[in-house]
Amino acid sequence: MAKKDFEMTWKDITVGCIIHEPGSAAQYKTGDWRSQVPVWDKAKCVKCGRCFGFCPEPCIVQDEEGYYEADLYWCKGCGICAHECPKGAITIEQEEK
Amino acid sequence: MSKRVGTEASFAIADAAILADVDVVAAYPITPQTHIVEHLSEVVADGELNAEFICVESEHSAMSACLGSAAAGARTFTATAGQGLELMHEVLYIASSMRLPIVMAVSNRALSGPLNVWGDHSDVMATRDCGWIQYFTENAQEVFDLSLCAFKIAEDPNVLFPVMVHMDGFNVSHVVEPLEMLEKDDIGDFIPPMNFPHPLDPNKPVTMGAFAPPVLYTECRKSQEEALRPSKQTIIKVWNEFGERFGRQYKPVETYKTEDADTLLIAIGSFTETATVAVDTLRAKGEKVGLVRMRLWRPFPFDELRDAVKDAEKLIVFDRCISYGGPGGPLCSEIKSALYGSKEQKPVVNFIGGLGGRDITPEQFEQMFSRGREIIDNNLDIQYETIGVRE
Repeated sequence: MAKKDFEMTWKDITVGCIIHEPGSAAQYKTGDWRSQVPVWDKAKCVKCGRCFGFCPEPCIVQDEEGYYEADLYWCKGCGICAHECPKGAITIEQEEK
Repeated sequence: MSKRVGTEASFAIADAAILADVDVVAAYPITPQTHIVEHLSEVVADGELNAEFICVESEHSAMSACLGSAAAGARTFTATAGQGLELMHEVLYIASSMRLPIVMAVSNRALSGPLNVWGDHSDVMATRDCGWIQYFTENAQEVFDLSLCAFKIAEDPNVLFPVMVHMDGFNVSHVVEPLEMLEKDDIGDFIPPMNFPHPLDPNKPVTMGAFAPPVLYTECRKSQEEALRPSKQTIIKVWNEFGERFGRQYKPVETYKTEDADTLLIAIGSFTETATVAVDTLRAKGEKVGLVRMRLWRPFPFDELRDAVKDAEKLIVFDRCISYGGPGGPLCSEIKSALYGSKEQKPVVNFIGGLGGRDITPEQFEQMFSRGREIIDNNLDIQYETIGVRE
């Protein structure tokens, strides 16, 4: 997008509010919604990928060692990963901003 | 060559859709609109019209299917009435905000309750602000002509808005009338092929119907409004072209014997034809009375209305709908809004009647004329009166 949302005037709105650029939803920073954040305990994690599979965003990715972590640009802090983790390796903690 | 035929207005609308070579009809039957889509489903089933007829389970689904069809670039038609229009309600706003050129005929019907299938304007007026182009027709010929025009208007690249063509349920929809039916050869290139600029296409993906947070919603609404208002120019252009080609001229606001008139009756829909009889009778008695027939409802023709009433002293507006707890009839409040702040303030009185299929006779228009003048001349503080109600 050439302009940020807050810079767009009504004249910049396309006919029918159509978005012509595919995949633009990825630009939306849903991480803004978050008040809590998931924290992984690598000692308990068995790299099963259940958190990755259940994340509704989906924003959980694997690091170089194969452990999982949330991309905080999109993570809403919903806690589903922590709820689904069979090893209790994920805790949801209040995020300090 | 056009031929003179006798047909029911509902069939005339269906014939207009056939002549426009619609690609998709998604509709649910409801009185008094059923004959329109019944006829269309027949011609599709008989192979006379190469189109998809989608039988849906409700009007909400009908309009939703129309959204998809128009978004894919197909010429799309549907029809409804009364409760059906209300069941479509939330989807109507989506059609206009997505700028989908759907054409819909509405056989205007009263709303429940009590249950009533007959004509009035309660259904139309509840959808007044849904962002569609809306205009009224008064007889089968107008229904046919203006349904044809609706496709050309809706799909014009300068417009791209859905269009509602209104006709009074039963009083127009079910009446068999003579009309000049145009044929394929007559139409020629009057309605160019549908060319929706951004159709759904897997090879060129776009997002339609995305959400807009507070930071964008106001801009989206403003852009829609700024597009709808000037569509009036295209509507007039298309009606003028129709007039030049086929000899029948339509205008946003039409007048009858308004020259030198000091009092004007103003109405919308088929009862305007009844009012012309009253105007003739009153004129014969020496009264300087005329009639203003509103045709275009959205975008509202402010300039044309002001021009039509500029020389009159007294205005008497007839509505077929009540705005409960409001200022009276929706047509009258719109006219008052249009005139508020103009240099010469004119007294405007409002009558409401013809509800739920109740007839209004020429004599009752004469009554509105005399009672309306009485209210104005005696400066009576009356918001509106109901015509024909048993007290």
